[in-house]
Amino acid sequence: MDQVKNFTKGFIRENPVFALMLGLCPALGTTTSAYNGMGMGLATLFVVVMSNIVVSLIKNFVPNKVRIPSYIVIIASFVTIVDLVMAGYMPALHEQLGLFIPLIVVNCFVLGRAEAFAQKNTLGSSIIDGTGMGLGFTLALTMLGAAREILGSYSLFGFQFIRDDGMLIFILAPGAFIALGYLIALTNRLK
Amino acid sequence: MEYIAIVLSAILVNNIVLAQFLGLCPFFGVSNKISTAAGMGGAVLFVMTVAAIVTYLISHYILIPYDLIYLRTVTYILVISSLVQMVEIILKKVSPPLYQALGIFLPLMTTNCAILGVAILVIQQEHTLISGVVFAIAHAIGFTLALVILGGIREQLELLNVPKGMRGNPVILVAAGLLAMAFMGFAGIV
Repeated sequence: MDQVKNFTKGFIRENPVFALMLGLCPALGTTTSAYNGMGMGLATLFVVVMSNIVVSLIKNFVPNKVRIPSYIVIIASFVTIVDLVMAGYMPALHEQLGLFIPLIVVNCFVLGRAEAFAQKNTLGSSIIDGTGMGLGFTLALTMLGAAREILGSYSLFGFQFIRDDGMLIFILAPGAFIALGYLIALTNRLK
Repeated sequence: MEYIAIVLSAILVNNIVLAQFLGLCPFFGVSNKISTAAGMGGAVLFVMTVAAIVTYLISHYILIPYDLIYLRTVTYILVISSLVQMVEIILKKVSPPLYQALGIFLPLMTTNCAILGVAILVIQQEHTLISGVVFAIAHAIGFTLALVILGGIREQLELLNVPKGMRGNPVILVAAGLLAMAFMGFAGIV
């Protein structure tokens, strides 16, 4: 029962983007379409699960004083793996996400999971926590991307349902802030 | 002339926060008052410039000659986090008042993606050392400008009667969106 709660807390109640306002840079910078948002979310999901696994395995060997730098190095290694794999197999998406792939390192939500959860809990619950929070992050980015794509180009996952240009402002920077503001108001209401 | 273009583009047209979405955590986290916003801006200006110089030198004298580009993310983040620590220790010794004023903002700098972002952009856009420094300073000024303006807006927002569902973060995000819209007016001046 506790593990179920542990898994689902990231979806709405402790959603990294909507509730905790963490990891906003990629959430706003990459969500010009639902597909891009989902790609960014899945890349972050991989990094947060892997870093949670490693951090919870080495938690007893790392001196307290150097724990943050060591977590950062662990996270940076997995980010480098994602960066190289994406550049090799998904060059188009890699091009779209650009700078935000290396910047997963400084996504405060990834480091936050290592610091707040993985270093105090067992391997199993760290994996569940990482997966749940990562999926919550993916969900948030996909929703924001979908909202912006529907309003901004009248399409969803590339499927055009009105033959028109759409409200361009939602693809541009201001629309990102405004769409996220209203989505947060909506999730506050759901809670 | 080239430097003027870099400065105008970084501060107004491609504002690091409002157009490039970097450094949003401090943008929303410490912009509740103009004074704290300005303090954070000062700290960012300092660390961003030093970080850009150090990562430029590391990149051009270690990573590129020895073909270690794939280690970029790991080395940069290590350099930045140790740099932040060092700046903290030096400031504590040299200028206690400034250290007091910056307070909690200094350690927070490590996870400020604007710093790492600018360090990577300096290399990606193939700047020289001097134009890289200009680029970093201009971006830090743009960051401070956005933070101070949002700080001013938030001071006024506290006096308003905001609908219940929009209170707190949502209304701040919408205000930031309108601010970004205003900055879009600068598009095309460079």
